[in-house]
Amino acid sequence: MVSAVIFLPLLAAVLLLFMAKEEEELARRFALGVALVTFVISLGLLVNFDSSKADFQFVERVPWIADFGIHYYVGVDGISLFLVLLTTFLVPIVLLASWDVHSRVKEYLFFFLMLETGMLGALVALDLFLFYVFWEVMLIPMYFLIGVWGGARRIYAAIKFLLYTMVGSLLMLVAILYLAYLHNAQYGAVTFDLLQLYNLKIPEQTQLWLFAAFALSFAIKVPLFPFHTWLPDAHVEAPTGGSVILAGVLLKMGTYGFLRFALPLFPDAAHAAVPTIMALSVIGIIYGALVAMVQPDLKKLVAYSSVSHLGFVMLGMFAFNMQGIAGSVYQMLNHGISTGALFLLVGVVYERRHTRLISDYGGLWKQMPVYASVFLVTMLSSIGLPGLNGFVGEFLIMLGAFKANVWAGAFAVSGVVLGAVYMLWMYQRVIFGELKHEENKKLTDLSPREIAIFTPLLALMLLMGLYPQPFLTRMEKSIEATLARVERKTAVVQVEPVEPPPVQVVAER
Amino acid sequence: MEHAHATAQALSLSLSVSYLRYIPLFPLLGVLFNIFLGHRLGRKAVNIVSPGMVFLSFLVSLHAFWNLPEGGRLVDTMWLWISSGTLHVDFALQVDQLSAMMILVVTGVGFLIHVYSTGYMAHDHDVARYFAYLNLFTASMLLLVLGENLLLLFVGWEGVGLCSYLLIGFWYTDDEKASAGKKAFIVNRVGDAGFLLGLFLLFWTLGESNVWTLSFSTIQQHIAAVPAEVATVICLLLFVGAAGKSAQIPLYVWLPDAMAGPTPVSALIHAATMVTAGIYMIARLNFLYALSPTALSVVATVGAATAFFAATIGLVQTDIKKVLAYSTVSQLGYMFLALGVGAYTAGVFHLMTHAFFKALLFLGAGSVIHGMSDEQDITKMGGLKSKMPVTFWTFFIACLAIAGVPGLSGFFSKDLILEEAYASPLGSPMLWLVGTIGAGMTAFYMFRLLFVTFFGENRASHEVQHHIHESPASMTVPLAILAVLSIVGGYFPLLHFLSPLFGEHHEPHVAPLIKYLPTVVGLGGIALAYVMYVLNPAIADNMARGLSAFHKLLFNKYYIDEIYDAVIVRPIVGMSNWLWKVWDAIVIDGTVNGAAHTMEANGSLLRLWQNGNVQNYALSFLIGAMAILGYYLW
Repeated sequence: MVSAVIFLPLLAAVLLLFMAKEEEELARRFALGVALVTFVISLGLLVNFDSSKADFQFVERVPWIADFGIHYYVGVDGISLFLVLLTTFLVPIVLLASWDVHSRVKEYLFFFLMLETGMLGALVALDLFLFYVFWEVMLIPMYFLIGVWGGARRIYAAIKFLLYTMVGSLLMLVAILYLAYLHNAQYGAVTFDLLQLYNLKIPEQTQLWLFAAFALSFAIKVPLFPFHTWLPDAHVEAPTGGSVILAGVLLKMGTYGFLRFALPLFPDAAHAAVPTIMALSVIGIIYGALVAMVQPDLKKLVAYSSVSHLGFVMLGMFAFNMQGIAGSVYQMLNHGISTGALFLLVGVVYERRHTRLISDYGGLWKQMPVYASVFLVTMLSSIGLPGLNGFVGEFLIMLGAFKANVWAGAFAVSGVVLGAVYMLWMYQRVIFGELKHEENKKLTDLSPREIAIFTPLLALMLLMGLYPQPFLTRMEKSIEATLARVERKTAVVQVEPVEPPPVQVVAER
Repeated sequence: MEHAHATAQALSLSLSVSYLRYIPLFPLLGVLFNIFLGHRLGRKAVNIVSPGMVFLSFLVSLHAFWNLPEGGRLVDTMWLWISSGTLHVDFALQVDQLSAMMILVVTGVGFLIHVYSTGYMAHDHDVARYFAYLNLFTASMLLLVLGENLLLLFVGWEGVGLCSYLLIGFWYTDDEKASAGKKAFIVNRVGDAGFLLGLFLLFWTLGESNVWTLSFSTIQQHIAAVPAEVATVICLLLFVGAAGKSAQIPLYVWLPDAMAGPTPVSALIHAATMVTAGIYMIARLNFLYALSPTALSVVATVGAATAFFAATIGLVQTDIKKVLAYSTVSQLGYMFLALGVGAYTAGVFHLMTHAFFKALLFLGAGSVIHGMSDEQDITKMGGLKSKMPVTFWTFFIACLAIAGVPGLSGFFSKDLILEEAYASPLGSPMLWLVGTIGAGMTAFYMFRLLFVTFFGENRASHEVQHHIHESPASMTVPLAILAVLSIVGGYFPLLHFLSPLFGEHHEPHVAPLIKYLPTVVGLGGIALAYVMYVLNPAIADNMARGLSAFHKLLFNKYYIDEIYDAVIVRPIVGMSNWLWKVWDAIVIDGTVNGAAHTMEANGSLLRLWQNGNVQNYALSFLIGAMAILGYYLW
């Protein structure tokens, strides 16, 4: 079932290539249809997920490059489950939102579907080599989405995005290979199997180097302060759909990477890194919020707000307690939904007015009351108003961080104030006041298609705010398992080599 | 579940019911109605449904009140809200004596204000949006006082803050009004940051004794697990939140600006209900505050200082709503003073009487503004006594009540606070004295307002004078009902009713001078106002001129807003700009770009590869990966 979810979009992407160029409408419908089917299949994962188990579920494991111990090995646990769902949920929304992309439609859809496969694969891969392949597969479509369908400085932004992320991933590749080598040295077999690599005993000094290589790659992706400067450029230049996926899912690859790989593989190094990462997270929270506050460009504002929000995610994770990590994972989902919605909202007015400057708007409520109301709820979700999704995540993160480090918690709380400042101020300048620009007097309110885009997003904001338990329950066991791995110190590692698990080929497809 | 049996113990007197949920649910239905059907069905439907929903919740509240077990409480647990690790928070509502009083005030006064609003907003085209917000406010406020745990209280707490923001900026095309709403929200968020930290500290402190809860009853049961010095920190942090929401020094600055909202909103949110949330919260956590005399003395001092300070500003303001706003800040200070000396009953008592007479004052002011074609400057009013008799008489009653004239509601509650401020073990003659002087100022500025507005000659333009009219029945009937409540509110047996929570009330024993002086000072204030503004108005002008520097200082509210702007707002904006334009653009990006350029300059070979062709990048990538892999494997 997992493989079906991963590869259905890729299959559709390939089929798209055989379609006639003129059949734009058909191509759109086809891509949207496939994305919806993918989402529906992924719901099967949710339904069949057993929340009482900490292990990976829906596992599929077949040898791929047997000589190098590389497997096609995928599976889902309570952490990746919802990120997979977030991805399959956002892609159809983004495709629906891209209805007014008119240049090279086929290629645009092709890259989006390919991107979806890359993201899903990276989220479910349990073999490090496989993970790395998917990780790189994600990069290429995003590069093109920014570079071809982007704004005026798209080439600069695309190359910056590519170079930044590649620098990180190269180091990660070296570290991955070194891990396989270590496994060979300790257990006499080369493997990229994550669960087996978890059992490696690595001297702390080595851990630090390897952790640094992984962490750099992930920190750039998050982005953690001070590795964030590619993000505003990439967002500003990317087309709306690209921004939504970039913020909604791609950034989570960084935080997910920490949680899945960097922390459990190198627990001692992770512990040693706590003060540094916590400090950078808190700086990111405050810095992102302050810089967001003074942005004249709507997209840049949202981009910097992401730096602030992702700072919360990192902070919660490095609290190394249940609440912190649960909040962190929850906040990954929240950020995907709320910030995704924010980028879509910016896209709505950009499409009509072709400007992103806050000062070009003002008084939109009068002209677009439905838009203004949707914007209001989204903004409130983003600033963590209780009753909406953002609060649950932020609250758990701050509660956990406060336990881990009182000062980190205290500073993080200031992010709550600053978040309100930049969002409310932006909202006021865009939505309130008089309609002073002539051009804005012709603006039309949300179309039925746009309402269809925002309805599921708003519904999720409410659901996740009022009834988070279905999500939290399914995460709990996997987070406990992760915590247990992170708590493990080199000193207490058992010495006997661990039998590799029997190869199981799941014939679900 | 571990927490389930923990709560079960605490609730020997608690009765499980499932109807409390309807109390906030009805107004919530009103919100949905107004959003989705309001515009389509029109003003008439909106005017019936919106107050109607609040009335239904008033009826359910009455039902809960009558069924409240003696000394016990009602609990309605709906679902497990957040559970993560050791944290379990139920979405559960409770009604005990304190909540019962609060929900009756919120739905009762709230209903009257909804009815009043149908008249006040009769000419506004956006009435459905107005009532959507007002209903949402009512639902949030009810959640705040019904919440069975600290986190649910916080949901309501932020919800009312949101509605306050939306309603202050209801007329959003006016940038000043929109800014006032934003300011209210942000200042409140500063308080909320303190609230959250207090909550975290409380949670983890109890956790150290393996008590994992945020539920009020369970916290109370295990309160002994909180060491006194930690309790002080928790209480002070929570008090920051209370000071934000209930407009105390130094976070009161948003409330006067909040007067930009429609006047019924000021009555409901910024006088009767929301601003009392801080008092409610501390009264709710009285068992926690009891652990820390230090924190209590801070509460009392800040309360007394605010009561005095805000009253001085109120003396000279000329905007009818601004006078009332500073009066509210001042009266809230009295309530905190009561809480701070451990007289929770007195504080809550004043909360209730204040809800009646201050709502009445604001609604009266609204009636005046309505009749005066939206004029708010009292120097342009005068002589309205005969033209708006109902408004005048009800306003007069409210003034008597707030001035502490014997027999009316305010007299009982304010006197009690001042006696307690003197006689309580935590009290002091100083607190009493400050409060007493404040009482004199209160009486003075309220009657100044009354005299200038309703007596003498009308000073408005001919055009406005021509239109002066008494308000319609939808507005005057609520005024009349509130006037009755402002008179009889002092006779409600509230002190005994609240005794299961705060202990049996004992009348403090104080010397006659201490007991009667506040009343005398209050009457003196009224007399002084009469002399200065009715008998010989020249005195007031002369005084203002003679003390011009002082008058200017008061009139400009001690320039606190300007100081905040210069010391906090502008430096932060300046720093943010610097961070963006210098640090982000030059330092970080400069380093990155510099590194890239250096690499480019040094590696002429690399240049061949850097042709911008991604396929080449990908290819070289793959080759590199394979090479490294190969190296390790052979």
